[in-house]
Amino acid sequence: MQKSLHIDPNKCTGCLQCEMACSYENYGVFNISRSRIKVFNFEEAGRKVPYTCTQCAEAWCLHACPVEAIKIDAATGAKVVHEATCVGCKVCTIACPFGTVNYVAETGKVQKCDLCGGDPACATACPTGAISYIDADWTGLDKMRQWAAKTDTQPRAS
Amino acid sequence: MGWTRKVLRVDLTSGSCKSEPLNMELAQQYLGQRGLATKYFVDEVDAKVDPLSPANKMIMATGPLTGTMASTGGRYSVITKGPLTGAIACSNSGGFFGAELKMAGWDMIIFEGKAAKPVYLWIENDRAELRDAAHLWGKTTWDTEEIIKKSHQDPQIRVSSIGRAGESQVLYACIINDLHRAAGRSGVGAVMGSKNLKAVAVRGTGGVAVKDFKTFLQAATEAKKALADNAVTGQAMPAFGTQVMMNAINEIGALPTRNFRDVQFESANKIGAEAMREKRPTDGKANLVTNAACFGCTIACGRISQVDKGHWSVANSPKYWGATGGLEYESAWSLGADNGVADLDAITVANMVCNEDGMDPISFGATVAAVMELFTLGVLSKEQIGVEAPFGSAQALIELAHKTAEGQGFGREIGQGSKRLCEKYGHPELSMTVKGQEFPAYDPRGIQGMGLTYATSNRGACHLRSYTVSSEVFGNPVKTDPLVTEGKADLVKAFQDVTAVFDSAGICIFTSFAWGLPDIQPQLDAACEGGWTVEKLAEMGERIWNMERQFNNAAGFTAKDDDLPKRLKTEPAKTGPAKGLVSGIDKMRPEYYKVRGWDAEGVPTKETLARLGL
Repeated sequence: MQKSLHIDPNKCTGCLQCEMACSYENYGVFNISRSRIKVFNFEEAGRKVPYTCTQCAEAWCLHACPVEAIKIDAATGAKVVHEATCVGCKVCTIACPFGTVNYVAETGKVQKCDLCGGDPACATACPTGAISYIDADWTGLDKMRQWAAKTDTQPRAS
Repeated sequence: MGWTRKVLRVDLTSGSCKSEPLNMELAQQYLGQRGLATKYFVDEVDAKVDPLSPANKMIMATGPLTGTMASTGGRYSVITKGPLTGAIACSNSGGFFGAELKMAGWDMIIFEGKAAKPVYLWIENDRAELRDAAHLWGKTTWDTEEIIKKSHQDPQIRVSSIGRAGESQVLYACIINDLHRAAGRSGVGAVMGSKNLKAVAVRGTGGVAVKDFKTFLQAATEAKKALADNAVTGQAMPAFGTQVMMNAINEIGALPTRNFRDVQFESANKIGAEAMREKRPTDGKANLVTNAACFGCTIACGRISQVDKGHWSVANSPKYWGATGGLEYESAWSLGADNGVADLDAITVANMVCNEDGMDPISFGATVAAVMELFTLGVLSKEQIGVEAPFGSAQALIELAHKTAEGQGFGREIGQGSKRLCEKYGHPELSMTVKGQEFPAYDPRGIQGMGLTYATSNRGACHLRSYTVSSEVFGNPVKTDPLVTEGKADLVKAFQDVTAVFDSAGICIFTSFAWGLPDIQPQLDAACEGGWTVEKLAEMGERIWNMERQFNNAAGFTAKDDDLPKRLKTEPAKTGPAKGLVSGIDKMRPEYYKVRGWDAEGVPTKETLARLGL
C-alpha cells in the first residue's frame, strides 16, 4: 500500500518539532532553515499551516530536470533528488508550482521531501497529529467520517 | 555541545561587536541562560550601578537546550539590574527568537554602554553589526518587526524589540519578541531603551548540535510523553491555557480583587478560560481563536484571541481587529480582577496595547488598581487622572493603557509603577509590591506559601521564582495546605532552587507541572559535556539563588525588604476558605533564613557560601 503525508492545519500549534525532525533526519543537526517541511503562521487569522511536497503523480520537477536527478522511489512513490547527479541548475525549483523544491547554497544541490524512505520524521515528531502518514488512496477518510457523523439518521429498533 | 561556546559582546558606546569564547569553567557551574548570564553579570557590573545608566549592562542569554528538540526548548532570558526594583532582573521569554539566536551560533549577547543615537543589532550567523534605527524609533514592537523584515527582504528573521514604553523608560517596560512573547518583568525594556537599543534582529542558519544525538532524542521523546500524559500539560494547558487558574483560584479565595481589598472576584467567570471560549452575543464569535506553541513546545498553552470589531475600545482601530496574542491568567487577573473590570474584550485589548508597546501587563494593571483605589478614596481626582477611574471602569483601563504606552499625561506617572506613584500621593501602603515590583495573581492570605515567595523573590514580587501554588493548590509534587505557614519555608526554598535550574536550561517552567529534575537531567546530560547529575543540578540551583541574593544584598537590600505590604498582614481575607486570615510572613521569614543557611539579617553565612562554592 502506498502511503502519503496528510496534513491537518487545524491541529497544528506551530511548535516546529516537524522542522527540527526533518533537518535532523537529513543533516544530523537541529536546523529549521534546512527543513523540507515549513510551518506558515498566518497571525491575523490565527492559523498555522505545515506545507511540504505532495509527491505529484506527474511531477513537474522530475520532468523538468535536464539530468534526470529526480527519480521515483518505487517503494514509497516519493520523488527523490539524487544529489550525485543534481547539477544545481534550479530548473526544478521553477517548474514546481508549489515551491516545495528549493536550492541549498551550502551543498550546491536542490532538496525536497523524500518521505524519509517511508518513515517520515516530521509525522513521528508531530505532537498533535497534525501531520500523519496514511493510506495514499484514503486521505479523505477522516473528513468523510466527520461528515458521515453529521448525517441525521437516528438509530432505530427493528 | 549544547552550548555554541560563543558570546557576542556589543559595546554600544563605541559601536563594536566582538565574538569571544564562552567561559566553559563557568558553564560547568552555572549551565546557561539565567544562571550563567547572571554569573557573567555580577562579575562585570557593580551592584550599586544606576540601572538606567550606561554603566549597567544587559545580557540576552539562551540555554543549552534552546534550539533543540527538547520540548519547550526555545527560551531565552534577559539579565540586567532592574530599574523598577533596583534588584537583579531576569526575565524569560519564549516565542522563536531565542532558538534563532542559538542557531545563529550564539549562547549570549552582552550589551554594554549606550549608543549615541537609536540603533538596532543585526545578526546573520557569525556576522553582527549595529545599524541605524532612526526610522524605527517611536514605532511599536509590531511595526518594528514588520519594517525590519521588509527592509531586509527576509520574512524568516526573528525580532526582539522595545516599543514606545521602553523608549520612554516606563519602569516596567518589557522586551517583546514574535509580536506577543515577552521578557516581561522588572523593566528590562527600559534598560534597553536607556541604551538607545531599539531591537535585535536575527537570522540563524547554522543549526544546533548536542553532545550525543541518539541518547538525547531518546530522553527528549520520553520527557515529551510525560508532558502529554500529564493532565495539566497534556490537557488543561492546551485547552484553557494558564487561564485554567481563574475559577480555581477564585474558588479557594486567593484571587486578589480591587487592589487586594478582596480575595474573590464576583465576575471571575466572565474573564476566565470558559468565558474566552464562549460565543459573544454581539458577533457570534468566541474571544479565543486557537491555542499556539512557542518554539519546540509540545504543550501549546499560548492563547490567540480576537475581539469583536464592534467593541467600543477598537471600533475605530482596525489594527486591533485581527487575531493576536490573547490573555493568559496573569494578565486577565491584573487587567481584570485587580481593577474589578469584567469586560473580557476590553481586558484583551488592554493586553494587546501592552504587547504592542512593550509593557508588563502585571505591573501596569496592578498600578492602575492602585490608581483606582486612590480615586475611590478621593486622593486622586478625575482632573488629575484625565478620566473617571473607579474600580470596574473598563474605559479608564483602556485610556490609561494608551496613555501609559505613549507616555502621555497621567500615563507618565502610571509608568513609574505603583510604589513610586503611591508614595508620591501619600499612600505608600496602597502599593501592592515587594522590592518595588507589583504582585502577580495569587493572594498571600489564601495561599500562604506565595507570601513567602513574593517576599523573598530575588527580582521583587513574582510567581515564577517559586510557584508553590503547584503544591498548595494542585498537589504537585505533594499536596500542602495553602492556609498554613508550617513547612512553607522548606517548600519555597525547594521550588526556588529547582526553578533556577529550569530557567538556566533553555526550557519553559511550565514543564515543571509534569517534570522534575530527574526528567530534565537525562536531556541535559545527553546535550552537554560535564556529567550532569540530579545532585549537580540541585546544588547549582541553590548556588544561583544565593548568587542573586548576594548581588541584591550588595545593591543595598536588607531583611526589611523581604516583607509584604501592611494590608496583607493586618486586613484579613473577607470571604472564602481563607476568611479571617492574614499572611504569616513574619513567622515564615526567620524559618526561611534558617533553611537557607542565612543569618538573621538574610545574609548567606560563610559556611553556606563555602558549601556552594561562592
